[in-house]
Amino acid sequence: MTGAHLVQAPSPSENYETFFNGLWKQNPVFVQVLGMCPTLAVTNSVRNALAMGAATLFVLVCSNMLISLVRKRVPKQVRIATYILIIATFVTIVDYLIKALSIAVYKALGPFIALIVVNCMILGRAEAFASRNPPGKAILDGLGMGLGFSFALLCLGAVREVLGAGTFLGVPLFGPRFQPWVLFLLPPGGFLTLALWLLVFRAWQSRKERKQEQWRAAA
Amino acid sequence: MPPLAPEIELRTSPHFHSNRSVEMIMRNVVYALLPLCAFSVWNFGLSALALILVSVLSCLVTEHLFCWLSRRKSSLGDWSVTITGILLALTLPPGFPLWMVAVGGFVSVGLGKMAFGGLGFNVFNPALVGRAFLQACFPTAITAYSPALAKNRFTEFIPTTFTPPFLQPPPLADWIERVRVDAFSGATPLMQQKFDKVTADWQPLFFGTVSGSAGETPALLILLCGAYLAARNFMDWRIAFSMLASAFVSGAAFHFLNPAVYPHPWFVLLSGGLMLGAVFMATDMVASPVTPTGVWIYGALMGLITVVIRNLGGLPEGVMYAILLGNAVSPLIDNLTQPRVYGVHPRRRTA
Repeated sequence: MTGAHLVQAPSPSENYETFFNGLWKQNPVFVQVLGMCPTLAVTNSVRNALAMGAATLFVLVCSNMLISLVRKRVPKQVRIATYILIIATFVTIVDYLIKALSIAVYKALGPFIALIVVNCMILGRAEAFASRNPPGKAILDGLGMGLGFSFALLCLGAVREVLGAGTFLGVPLFGPRFQPWVLFLLPPGGFLTLALWLLVFRAWQSRKERKQEQWRAAA
Repeated sequence: MPPLAPEIELRTSPHFHSNRSVEMIMRNVVYALLPLCAFSVWNFGLSALALILVSVLSCLVTEHLFCWLSRRKSSLGDWSVTITGILLALTLPPGFPLWMVAVGGFVSVGLGKMAFGGLGFNVFNPALVGRAFLQACFPTAITAYSPALAKNRFTEFIPTTFTPPFLQPPPLADWIERVRVDAFSGATPLMQQKFDKVTADWQPLFFGTVSGSAGETPALLILLCGAYLAARNFMDWRIAFSMLASAFVSGAAFHFLNPAVYPHPWFVLLSGGLMLGAVFMATDMVASPVTPTGVWIYGALMGLITVVIRNLGGLPEGVMYAILLGNAVSPLIDNLTQPRVYGVHPRRRTA
């Protein structure tokens, strides 16, 4: 990190990259394979997946911002404890918020709201990005990573709800005689669906890389 | 001067060649399975035929699709995927909805085989992976059995066969009432034994004219087909024998502890999918151990687990899970039973 970085406003293309890094290229679930606990546990319906995604997004953006603001005042030796404290504060806020907004969602997510504290993706962003970058960029990074995480949860939740219950966001798709694929509502279904999406993303990625290589070789 | 023809051909080992190829062995296994398919169609009628055809077709299509996706030469020609298709069909109830069969075929080959890299790399028997998936997804449909030797079985299909995709199969009770020839209540001999404590006679079990999965009923025919494979050395008879023997012995132990609850060991041997599993699935060449002691341990373990699940578990049948568990530990068995390498110090392991 150079000094010029801290004084100069980041260029638009750099901001763009910070944001889309989390959304796609460094997607927390499909590329970094972080935060597996909520990814597998609460994606049995689209509603739960969205709620968990939104809660994580909120915590990630707020904690990234605050950690970035205090990054020069926190001694190196106690930084992890400070990060966890900040993250836990926002998780508590989210916990009460969800309870106030929808008790049904609160019951469905159960202990997994409180467990956002130990989502290694959030601590990872705090340590790897927010503590080294100005607040603006940290917020952008939090937004990108949080949206990328929500997007991944939505991908899993959609497959599991459509096959496991025949509905999407509670709307029946196949009529009353739908045969549920029970497995997809159970934990093994979570693992299978995750594997399926990882396969799709890796295949896509390797295909893109192969094309780029061909392009480079031709040029 | 004419070029010198080499008089001695220099080659590395192996020097001894046989005319056996994967393709030839697999084709013979398919031949051995055909009588079972024929019996299944005779026993259960048109629906069993549709079941077998759809299962094989979906497996073939999936294999071809995955080969195409991974830019490999299509491996349909080695016949192994045909075996997977037939075995999957033979382990399903004859009236199983065809759309679910197609899902099972896709999962068998896609998840059980091609995801690991194709033939020779699969950890589990692909057909059983597909069946385990179906059992976990559709637990009610996979326990809806239809009677053997039903009236009109060659002129009409079982009503559940043509269920539209993604919909539930219709209830079978009325249809069973209309076509059955004896007091069939929709339960296989295993279910009757477990839940009603009614043990079937040995003759129908031995000759196969009972209700059950499409190809698991004819014990005699399975043994004959297995004997053909074993005689031509296409199948490791020790695995099948040790699995059946271990099931018999552990079944006997249970029976003599409490004859009122646990069935006679002959019933254990002849009922359910034990014969089919022991002869055609436990002996899967890829997923079973290769060491001389290992195959005995492997077979004995699967026989024991089968009986334990049947007698102590909630399910009437445990062969599928027993074989999958056996497959899972087979690399471990191989590791533990490495034979001593000739000429190496006996105490020192080379592994």
